Amino acid sequence: MSTKNWPLWEVFVRSKNGLEHRHFGSLHAADADMALENARDVYTRRNEGVSIWVVESKNITASNPQHNGEMFEPAQDKVYRHPTFYELPDEVKYM
Amino acid sequence: MKNENLYNYILGIADNSLILGQRLGELTGHGPSLETDIACTNISLDLFGQVRSYYQYAAKIAGDNRTEDDIAMLRKEREYVNVLLVEQPNTDFAYTMTRQFLFDVYHLLYLQELQKSTDLTLSAIAAKSMKEVSYHQRFSSDWMKRLGDGTKESNQKMQNAIDDLWRYTDELFHQTEADIAMVKEGIGVDVTALKEKYHQIVTSILEESTLTIPESKYFQKGGKLGIHTEHMGYILTELQYMQRTYPNMEW
Repeated sequence: MSTKNWPLWEVFVRSKNGLEHRHFGSLHAADADMALENARDVYTRRNEGVSIWVVESKNITASNPQHNGEMFEPAQDKVYRHPTFYELPDEVKYM
Repeated sequence: MKNENLYNYILGIADNSLILGQRLGELTGHGPSLETDIACTNISLDLFGQVRSYYQYAAKIAGDNRTEDDIAMLRKEREYVNVLLVEQPNTDFAYTMTRQFLFDVYHLLYLQELQKSTDLTLSAIAAKSMKEVSYHQRFSSDWMKRLGDGTKESNQKMQNAIDDLWRYTDELFHQTEADIAMVKEGIGVDVTALKEKYHQIVTSILEESTLTIPESKYFQKGGKLGIHTEHMGYILTELQYMQRTYPNMEW
């Protein structure tokens, strides 16, 4: 018997119509079909979802935490980049 | 009991799901991987949910003080009328999935017909269960193909499971007295009419899985009459332990 682990997949679930997919967690599966079924069983069995995306974790390119300074700190003192200087009409939801 | 045939007919449906659910529940914490462990126990919970609806209805029909729990937990071995297939052990994952597959194909065909029952409670339970069981069949069929058409070793394990379990499939299509009476009244499903379609579906998925149905024409039966294999006593011991040890206990 093979003791090698199945590849790791990241699971994204959309909870309600109109809202975006969010990262729910990860799981192991041999291929994409199995990843979808496993995601259904592991992450949506309490009626959490209406849509699932799975992507093999190795396909995700992540930023390097060591570069956090140059990546993210320059944005910290630039409040004018937030769209907080506008008045939002009440009709606009999900902003 | 006034409606004894209907009562027995309902047990004939529900006992299959109870015992299969109990078998799958044994995998809690013991599945081959975390993901398949959860998948199998999900299926188990689906089945228990369906079983509750059936037993609640049966308890109502019995019209005495018995409850769904009494029916599930306090009968003797000979009073359970599930088919022999569902009591077969989780020998390995090949057996677990093959047993599931052989039952799911039957279960889905059965519920499709039960939806048309003139008994509105039964047809409603059937309609509600269809989506769950459709997923069960998809799940077990996928594993048949994946392992059957997998490696040489996985193919051999699946073929062993089919060779061992196939002999329990013919009983699915045997009619009990309650069956015959209920078919006559338009309430029950005529299981003999499901056999051909069952063979078509099983054959086609097994072909895709590069597996074959064994040639033997010898089949086991007895479960529907309460005559079980040696595994049944052990299942009931575990299933009934809490109620027998602490009568009337509640969670």
